[in-house]
Formats: sequence, structure tokens, C-alpha cells
Amino acid sequence: MATNQAQKSTFAVKVGLAQMLKGGVIMDVTTADEARIAEEAGAVAVMALERVPADIRKDGGVARMSDAGIIREIKEAVTIPVMAKARIGHFVEAQILEALDVDYVDESEVLTPADDVHHINKHNFKVPFVCGCRDLGEALRRIAEGAAMIRTKGEAGTGNVVEAVRHCRAVQGAIRTLQTMDDDEVYVFAKELRAPVELVRQTKTLGRLPVVNFAAGGVATPADAALMMQMGMDGVFVGSGIFKSGDPAARARAIVQAVTHYNDPKILAEVSCGLGEPMVGIDCRDKNFNSYAARSE
Amino acid sequence: MAERDAAEVCIGVLALQGAFREHLACLRKLPRVHAVEVRTKEQLAGVDGLIIPGGESTTMALIAERWGLIPELRSFAAGGSPVWGTCAGLIFLADRATGQKEGGQALLGGLDCLVQRNFFGAQVDSFETQLPAPEPLSALRVSGAAAPAPGADSFRALFIRAPAVLEAGASVEVLAEYRLSPTEAEAQGRQSVAVAVRSKQLLATAFHPELTDDLRWHLLFVEMVRERLRGSSSLRKRGPDSAPAAPERAGSGTRPADLPVVGPSDAY
Repeated sequence: MATNQAQKSTFAVKVGLAQMLKGGVIMDVTTADEARIAEEAGAVAVMALERVPADIRKDGGVARMSDAGIIREIKEAVTIPVMAKARIGHFVEAQILEALDVDYVDESEVLTPADDVHHINKHNFKVPFVCGCRDLGEALRRIAEGAAMIRTKGEAGTGNVVEAVRHCRAVQGAIRTLQTMDDDEVYVFAKELRAPVELVRQTKTLGRLPVVNFAAGGVATPADAALMMQMGMDGVFVGSGIFKSGDPAARARAIVQAVTHYNDPKILAEVSCGLGEPMVGIDCRDKNFNSYAARSE
Repeated sequence: MAERDAAEVCIGVLALQGAFREHLACLRKLPRVHAVEVRTKEQLAGVDGLIIPGGESTTMALIAERWGLIPELRSFAAGGSPVWGTCAGLIFLADRATGQKEGGQALLGGLDCLVQRNFFGAQVDSFETQLPAPEPLSALRVSGAAAPAPGADSFRALFIRAPAVLEAGASVEVLAEYRLSPTEAEAQGRQSVAVAVRSKQLLATAFHPELTDDLRWHLLFVEMVRERLRGSSSLRKRGPDSAPAAPERAGSGTRPADLPVVGPSDAY
């Protein structure tokens, strides 16, 4: 047998894990018990954070990376991948998460940004990163910084899917516009997007983002999840929608089924029965509404 | 191989969760292969062979259980139809698995193996490498639209939170092994683990050929399906026109194209 030259953490391996998560639901959890409920419901991964976004909105204050001890407990409690959130630009929180062996780091606008100008240079890490975006330019800037997975931001903790839909349409609409362009026009389009021209050109060739793209921010029902899937997303993140609802286990199971059978309205009808109270929703047009999505660009 | 004479086959890919579209893309590059998504019993009944893709084995098992697919999948494999499991699919096919979630999970079984989930550790330990191609693989020649393999005597293998085969029964043919690094060998108390195995109509790999542009593992499986059809043409369950169409476009019909293969030295 020849000697194997194993290369760890290549970009293919980082993107590869996201490819294995496709067609799945990633659930926000704050404790090992919640992580067990999520795994039992069929989550493909759990996202560890200090407080779910609905509580961050309610309580205010600075939201940070989860306690390292709780992340360890969550890792011990489940066999599925464990992701965890770091503040935007807080590369030391990311270093700690890497040292804890988390499987993916979410550099997230849901936490209070640590650097309101620069994101983390994600090329410096072995652990892969997922980042949020509201449009194509933002997505490609994050990929240029080393993100191996993208999620459209939506508005976390609102239970309102309208912003998730807006950001999904913004990304895909821009890709469709790009595809109709002459190659000579790509340079100015890249300038307008404020994204590297090479990535813009690659996106034009592929007809999609060059990494896996999940939906996030406001998904609260099986129908919301299937909506994002039918719009072309590769999978969904669900935050407060599960553990702020009346029956988290039942709702989590139903959303998982809805993502698999997103194209089958009969099955969607069946899994949408008797789920109890959904989380309370927030109107994103309210005058006092605090947009998390607008915290970074 | 005389491809003109090769039988038309319909291969299903279990599409409950995971990297099923990548497998479909590989299969569709092979001549005389019809590839469909399988989510229901009815779709399963129409295929000659099945691929269980990479993904989260706990998730796939829970969804399969919810729609009563587990017994159907068991009888599909028990009836002699070829099944190939990659990564999570390997865990599905193994008779015994360690590192399960609390309370275990429903498995198909059939492959006389002991498999350990997440053998190589967390994502930071995921890796890729070139492994020597086993004889059945290097004997294959991919033509048509298929890209040639980078080197006929080796293949590119990506291990992503991958399982490994710790023990294989006498009936199981080991197609590929991975030699552990000195630190891994010391921690595990062994020099190597099996990462590709075959037993009659079952094929299982711990790595992901569907994430590379080497189509030989897919061709190897298609040939296993053809072999089976030659041996039992009377058992064939479907007519030539009854293959189920995959429900791929609905809603706004905007599902974008799939991801390309990411090369060993690619980065953005």
C-alpha cells in the first residue's frame, strides 16, 4: 500500500461538509438538552449560541459566543455536526471555537459585532465558516474572505419570513441578471457588487453561488421551510422558530420532513397538522424595528 | 467494454437528505444510465439499483422511518438488488455500528461489518488524499462524456467526518484501505482501516467519489447492476417506460444549477 499524503482542511473538504448538510435543517440550540431534542427530530446539525435570537431581541445587551463549557456539553450530547456562532470580526472567538473542535463556525450578525468594519480572515482557519448575506455582492465578499458556506440573512428572531425571501430573491435575481450579461460588462457589474471580478465571473459560469447556500432568519413553519427550498435554497437554518414554539419536538420534526418533501403539497399538508402555537412574529416594518441583517455588509 | 451492447439501467439515489444531486450528476455522465431521485416506496420499486448518499445518517434514518421506507429498503437489498452506500450510506448498510446517537438508529444492515461513525474525528480532521485503485476499479475504462481519471492507478478520496470499517467478515471483499498516520495508529491501536468494501450486491465506501470528477466508482456500481440484470432478467420489476420521473421542477422553477467539483488545490 502506498503512503497516503492526507491534506486536511482543503477547501473541497470544507465545502464538502456543507454539501453533506444539503436538504437538511440546522437548528439553534442553547443547551445539551435542546441539542438532543434537535438530533432526535432529524436536524443535520445544531448551532450553539448563548441565547436564541428572539431572546436577544427581547433582552437586548451584547450577545456573544456561547460559553465554551456548554459547547463541550453539546458536542458530547450529540453525534451530528456542531456549529457555533462567533461575533463578526472576533477572530479570537473563532480561534476558541476551532480549539473546541466545532465542525463549522457561523460568523453571525445575530451576535453583537466585535468589528463593525472588518470580517474575520477565514483563510487563516482549519475550521470552515458559514456567513450571512443580503445580496450577491455581500455573499461573494464573504467567499473571498474564505467562507465555505453562505446563508441568506433574513431577520433572525422575528418569526417573519419576509426578509429571508427578500434576500434569497436578491441573490438569485442578481445571478440571473449576471447570466444575461456580455462578458465585457462583468467588470463594471463586479464594481457595483463590490466583489472580486474572478468570483463574479465564476458565478456567471455556474449560474449559482460557488458554495452551498442555506436560508435563514425568520423560518417558523414547515411551509416557510418548503418555501425557501422551492425558491432554490440548499437547506434551512431554524433559530427561535423551534424552541420558542409551543411544541418544539413536534415542530422540529415537521420542519425536517417539509425540507425533504418540499415539492409535495400533500405531504406538507400532513406534516403541518397539530403543531401547537408557532413563535410570536414581529413586523419588520415597525418604526422601532432593529435590523440585525443591516449590521454588516 | 462494448458500451453499445451495455444494458440500459435505472439507478435511484435516495433523496431524503444529503449529497444526492452530486451522485445524480455523476450517473448522468455515464452512457445508458437513467438516474432518478428516490423518496417513496413507489419510486424505489422502479429502480434496478440504489445509491444511499452521504449526509447525516441519523437524519436519513429518521425520515426513512417516518414514511415506512426502512422495511422497503431492507427487502430491496435482501431481494438481491445492488445498493451502494457512501459515507452515511456505509453506516446504513453495516450490520454493526459504533458511535451511534443515544438510543441507536434504524439501519438496513446486510454488510457483515463493524463500522465506527466519525472514526477520523471532527471536521477539522476531515481530509483528502490519493488512494491506490483496487483491481476492479483500475480495470474499468470510462469513455463518452466522462472525464478521464487523473491517474489510473490511484483515485482521489475525500473523507468528511467519515466512518471507517473496523472489522469485515469473511464474505466481505476489502477494496481499499487507509493507512493511519503514526499518531492515529497509536491512538487506535492499529495500522490501517478498510474504507471501501464489497459483498455480493452491496458496495460501500467511507469516502465521496461523487465529489470528484473520477467516475470509475459509479461505473463499477453500474456494472454490478448490469451483472445482476443479466443474471435475473425475469426478476426485473419494471417495464421500459415505467421509470418514475423525478419531481425536480415545481414552484417558481428557479432551483439553480449544482455545485461544480472543487479541485484539490482550489480556493476562492
